[in-house]
Amino acid sequence: MSTEALTSSEYIKHHLQNLTYGKLPGEEHWHLAHSAQEAKAMGFWAFNLDTLGVSLVLGVFFLFLFRLVAKCASKGVPDGLQNFVEWIVEFIDTSVRGSFSGKNPLVAPLALTIFVWILLMNLMDLIPVDWVPQLAHLAGLPFFKVVPSTDPNATFGMAIAVFFLVIYYSIKMKGVGGFVGELTLQPFGKLGLPANIFLEGVNLIAKPVSLALRLFGNMYAGEMIFILIALMFGGGLGIGLFGGALQWGWAVFHILIVTLQAFIFMTLTIVYLDMAHQEHH
Amino acid sequence: MNINATLIGQSITFFVFVWFCMKFVWPPIMNALAERRKQIADGLAAGERGKHELELASKRAVENLHEAKQKAAEIIAQADKRAAQLVEEAKGAAKLEADRMIAGAQASIAQETVRAKEALRGQVAGLAVAGAEKILRREIDAKAHADLLDAIKNEL
Repeated sequence: MSTEALTSSEYIKHHLQNLTYGKLPGEEHWHLAHSAQEAKAMGFWAFNLDTLGVSLVLGVFFLFLFRLVAKCASKGVPDGLQNFVEWIVEFIDTSVRGSFSGKNPLVAPLALTIFVWILLMNLMDLIPVDWVPQLAHLAGLPFFKVVPSTDPNATFGMAIAVFFLVIYYSIKMKGVGGFVGELTLQPFGKLGLPANIFLEGVNLIAKPVSLALRLFGNMYAGEMIFILIALMFGGGLGIGLFGGALQWGWAVFHILIVTLQAFIFMTLTIVYLDMAHQEHH
Repeated sequence: MNINATLIGQSITFFVFVWFCMKFVWPPIMNALAERRKQIADGLAAGERGKHELELASKRAVENLHEAKQKAAEIIAQADKRAAQLVEEAKGAAKLEADRMIAGAQASIAQETVRAKEALRGQVAGLAVAGAEKILRREIDAKAHADLLDAIKNEL
């Protein structure tokens, strides 16, 4: 569906550009970036409105739906929606019980939020890649990337939030001394202090980075393949039909990835928090 | 694909969502689940108890029935026995009564006979005397029978 004016490369670049709102250096007022260069030039103090907006809407949708059930949750016979919600809650609860040995009322709701929210964000990937940018174009917006988890800002945002929780609970459970000791005194004891700091530091930093990059990488790659398949629609009837079949197949396969990545993010969060709660030997 | 303040926004959104979920979503659902679990467990236990009680009751009913049957048989046997006894008693009494009546009848018959005999005897004696008188009146010949009469006179 690439319009005549766009080359393939431009089409791909267009689809991978976030709707950025910020201030160009040397300018006074905030406005939308109209090109990738402008978005880059806006520096750190800019916001990807599409990422924030879509994730906000999805998160509110999730909480609204679950709150609706929670408000009229009864011990009686559950109806369809309540059944569905309770099924997810039970699933999360089982996962948390399986991987988290401590006692912390935050972990289970955290896991639920992570799983459902990321799942919803990832599911946006199944919307045909041209629909939303086209709609945005009609609405006068230059870009619109509908899958928040293909924006590293979103995945790193969540991973860093989890990282803060890990550090907070490490210090809360073991004290500052215990936390610092864990970073400096093992695995080689006092004499190997620099090596310890290096190893444990990498270990610590690797947690949020791997969390964020795994989700981002998987979703970004999936989105990329959808875009490449979408390019085939411009190549005549035969290739277009082939592209349609490919898109369908990839979408089916992608359902698995979407769910799996949400589940992995959740499980790793639980495991990291469990490690934060446990005393090291 | 630039790292920018979206990162911070996303983190804040994340924390707000988690807080809301922890405050308003998770506890009520878990409570409802726990309550339902308890209710189902109670229901199952009650069902189990009911089943057990039913078993006991049916066993008791069978026992009762058996007992009742036995009792009924006993009562019937007793009644039979009593009936036979009554019949025997009645038979005995009737026989005694019959014997008594027969004896009474025989006694009265004998009495009547004796009385009739006495009466007859009296009457026969009278008739004989009267007949003899008549015969005697015609036959007597003071002369011819003077000896005889004298002899009777002597004997008197």
